[in-house]
Amino acid sequence: MSAAPSPLAREASSEHRAADDPFVVAVIGNPNTGKTTLFNALTGLKQRTGNYAGVTVDSAIGNFEVDGDAFLLVDLPGSYSLSPRAPDELVAVRALIGRAAASRPDVVLCILDATNLDRNLYLLSQLLDSGLPVVVALTMVDVAKREGIRVDYRALAANLGAPVVPIHAAKRQGISQLRSALRSQAAAARGAAVRVSFPAEVETAVGELAQRISSAPGPRRDFIALRLLLDVDGFLARELADELPAEAITYAAEARRRLAQQDIAVPGIEIDRRYAWIDSVLEDSLASGDGARFVWTRRIDAIVTHKLWGTLIFLVGMALVFQAIFTWAAPFMDLIDGAFGALGDAVGATLPEGALRSLVVDGVIGGAGAVVVFVPQIAILFALITFMEDSGYLARAAFLMDRVMASFGLSGRSFIPMLSSFACAVPGIMSARVIESRRDRLVTIMIAPLMSCSARLPVYVLFIAAFIPARTVAGFIGLQGLTLFSMYMVGLVVAPLVALLLKRTTLRGPQVPFLMELPPYKVPSWRVVLFRVYDRSLAFVRRAGTIILATAILIWALSYFPRQPEVAARYDALRAGVTSESALVDLDRAEAAEQLRGSFLGRAGIAIEPLVEPLGWDWRIGMATLASFPAREIIIAALGTIYSLGDGQDEGSVELRTTLQAATWPDGRPIYTPAVALSVMVFFALCSQCAATLATMRRETGSWGPPIATFVYMTSLAYVAALLVYQVGSRIGW
Amino acid sequence: MSRTLADLAPDEEATITAVAGSDGLSHRLAELGFTRGATVRFVRTAPLGDPIQVRIRGFELAVRNSEARRVVVG
Repeated sequence: MSAAPSPLAREASSEHRAADDPFVVAVIGNPNTGKTTLFNALTGLKQRTGNYAGVTVDSAIGNFEVDGDAFLLVDLPGSYSLSPRAPDELVAVRALIGRAAASRPDVVLCILDATNLDRNLYLLSQLLDSGLPVVVALTMVDVAKREGIRVDYRALAANLGAPVVPIHAAKRQGISQLRSALRSQAAAARGAAVRVSFPAEVETAVGELAQRISSAPGPRRDFIALRLLLDVDGFLARELADELPAEAITYAAEARRRLAQQDIAVPGIEIDRRYAWIDSVLEDSLASGDGARFVWTRRIDAIVTHKLWGTLIFLVGMALVFQAIFTWAAPFMDLIDGAFGALGDAVGATLPEGALRSLVVDGVIGGAGAVVVFVPQIAILFALITFMEDSGYLARAAFLMDRVMASFGLSGRSFIPMLSSFACAVPGIMSARVIESRRDRLVTIMIAPLMSCSARLPVYVLFIAAFIPARTVAGFIGLQGLTLFSMYMVGLVVAPLVALLLKRTTLRGPQVPFLMELPPYKVPSWRVVLFRVYDRSLAFVRRAGTIILATAILIWALSYFPRQPEVAARYDALRAGVTSESALVDLDRAEAAEQLRGSFLGRAGIAIEPLVEPLGWDWRIGMATLASFPAREIIIAALGTIYSLGDGQDEGSVELRTTLQAATWPDGRPIYTPAVALSVMVFFALCSQCAATLATMRRETGSWGPPIATFVYMTSLAYVAALLVYQVGSRIGW
Repeated sequence: MSRTLADLAPDEEATITAVAGSDGLSHRLAELGFTRGATVRFVRTAPLGDPIQVRIRGFELAVRNSEARRVVVG
């Protein structure tokens, strides 16, 4: 490669780029090739997520500099081929073609796994047709060496017509060589010289097709023509509809028919030719020992995917994950809760009583606390998931669970997000990124909040302790425990039904092949684990945080305004004649309850009473439920306030429990019967009451559609289920 | 009826003679290296009977039975 002075080379290479625009590098490779690790090693910790060139999924982008030249790296999703067979596979092809010549990357960085060159070279051979300069990063060279696979880098580079740089990303070996290779390839701006040749009939058809494409002649047009001819499913034709004349699309279809008559099957011919080429390339550049490879992986697999041992290890492992998110996070969450509480008190003491203090303490500090409190669970879950993913176990877990998930239209890959959602739907939804199929991922994201998360537990605990008799059924099963178990089952039973319904209606489509790689086991890299924990926690706080905070402030405003001066004046008069400390506290609480009743939120609760009466609820429960839409656990504090107990109540509070038990309708009937308690619990089990979840859904799917649809279906489902429970329950005497 | 990958016994190896069908699934299988002449090994079945673990071109894949039935072996 000629090392031309870069400013000159740049002008020659791409007229579209201003002199100080960075070179754009598209990073592509098979799944499990260590792409993310390499990406992080190249960019340092300066990467961020963002959209680029129509890449709709959040794809990482990052920068680095070599000798004063700026580079922008765009991480494309891991893929095996450039033949899109589903909308989500189109992302890489779209980025390589670019919507216009100007938006094509300057260099393609292709990652090849040295232990698996056969299959990895398939994607590379397709990249060589793009006409873009290609640089190859060879990963897993140390593992390959250990397994007796010797790669002749020089021969490989000569056969591929592209520089090949062996790297060890976790140890930062080969990174600077890779950067300079990228720089010289970008500066030279020459497409790869090697191409897989097709039979003359195919080459002619591609040439003819190229002339029918309206884009400017050149490598990009030739690449489009080839991919279009091989595009049997029509994904590319639809994607490029605006620049492809109808004539080109009909020509492609005709050419495929004509080739089929000549016994040349499209796209079968592509696969045959490429694998023949791969075999010839590997013949000169690869020498593998005769010894068995991956002996350890096979030994471990014999146990880990074993019918009995594998299942046991899986169950114990998942119980540990669940336990970890549930209990390890608790002390940190309490700490955060306490810290924000103390901060609120400290700040509150410096502000005069009134709207500003309430806004800062209850709205802003309380709202920020509601965001940060999720971080321990997110961090622990992602540490564990990344550990499992990087070690290779995650794929085995998906392998074991696939049959179960397939029965409701999903695949084994949906298992981890569902499990995580029992702790908290927020990290659960974020972990759905491991699902390659866009539709499966969307279904998983939309049913994840049905899993009974840890925020529902306080609601169950309070209502079960207060209203479910502590007796046994069938001799030995505790009724309270049984009720708690049933609440967890509600979501588990409903979620598969919703998944099936979604897969049969709005999200129906061709079955995506499962075909999941089971990579060799390896010792996970701490760098990778820590970086992921940091990245995901930060992403959550940044993006979801703003929405949660905004909602928390909104609910605060609705419960604070309008102030009723006459109520305040009345209580001030009452306070004047009282000296006992506890009587003053009682008066404060009674005033707060009355102010809340007169607030927008209280009025809304009274207004919706007719709507919640069929569920057996009074306006107080209705209002507390409304207040709980940003975060379901708010109901405890809201009930505490409305029953004049102050907002410091928790689910274990005896005071709150006895107050609820004593609450009556105006005619003296108790409000809370077991049927009402069940109706409230079932409502909370199914309802979408979590701004954090909805904000995360918006962030992960890039659209408001899924969160809105989830909110509507879950809330309707909750209402109908609570209605049924109360109507049936109260008739059979609960 | 020709034998397919799904019909192999655990730890049995066979040579692929064809990948049946001309839809996305058969192309994806071929792209992953299930090509005529390649050797494929049935490693084991998942505890619940589906999917199966197979070895092709030196790497291991989880494949559902319905997918493995596309791979005709000799």
